[in-house]
Amino acid sequence: MKVSLSNFDKAFENRIRLQIMSVLVANESYDFNSLKELLEVTDGNLASHLKALEKEEYITVNKSFIGRKPNTRYQASEKGVAAFKKHLEALEQLIKQQKG
Amino acid sequence: MESKDVYAELSSIKNIMERSTRFISLSGLAGVMAGIYALAGAGVAYQLLNNGPADVQLLVAVALGVLVISMGTAIWLSYRKASKKGQSIWTQSSKALLFAGMVPLVTGGCFTLMILSQGNYELIAPCCLIFYGLSVVSASKYTFGDVKWLGILEILLGLIATLLPGYGLLFWALGFGVLHIIYGTIMHFKYDRESIAQ
Repeated sequence: MKVSLSNFDKAFENRIRLQIMSVLVANESYDFNSLKELLEVTDGNLASHLKALEKEEYITVNKSFIGRKPNTRYQASEKGVAAFKKHLEALEQLIKQQKG
Repeated sequence: MESKDVYAELSSIKNIMERSTRFISLSGLAGVMAGIYALAGAGVAYQLLNNGPADVQLLVAVALGVLVISMGTAIWLSYRKASKKGQSIWTQSSKALLFAGMVPLVTGGCFTLMILSQGNYELIAPCCLIFYGLSVVSASKYTFGDVKWLGILEILLGLIATLLPGYGLLFWALGFGVLHIIYGTIMHFKYDRESIAQ
């Protein structure tokens, strides 16, 4: 059964982007390397998805250094959390529709 | 979008959220081993106490030895479990777990040493149990939720031991030995076996 995708957030169509957002909603903040390891993606791939989420203003970036190593941490913005919740509700709605 | 895709999407979200917040490479077997070391340690302590007035430093050394070997085994077994699944054990969630557990544990360690130096021997076992229990409850937020029940039982045992001075070693053996073996066995059959089967 096919249903309309109108309520879905375009930014979350990609599985990796949705997963990044899930991690950032569940945690106060997360760093680049931990995200990379958790999601099992390449540097370039992860960076491009993070950039896309940043452009939507769904996440905020905080760059700093630990010693000499750069440490980039990401946080979900209020707008991002709201969009994520809406997307989940749309998914839930979809399941309800199909059951009903 | 097909409904099975929606379920797959939701379960992938749930999975990633859990893996990002909780350290699930904790091994049940490590609990069983810790229990065995603790019982052996309690046996040694019992022998020492039976042969007249025991050397306090020796008893502390036995307790610390049990702690160090138990933690070493836990780290080694967790490392093995994680590397089988191609995961690392030094992650954001394991760091959070360590920090949450270490605050009550180190506080309790210092506190116990202080009351030891004041000669309050009867409170040693209850203090170990209570602070260890608090440490486990606090760390349980970052691993399997069931772990908090182990912590709550340790705290209860510690409180009962406070009411029954003179039975410290018995409660110590019950809390660190028997409870760990029971808990480790449950965790092993509940989580380790299914993850090996996958």
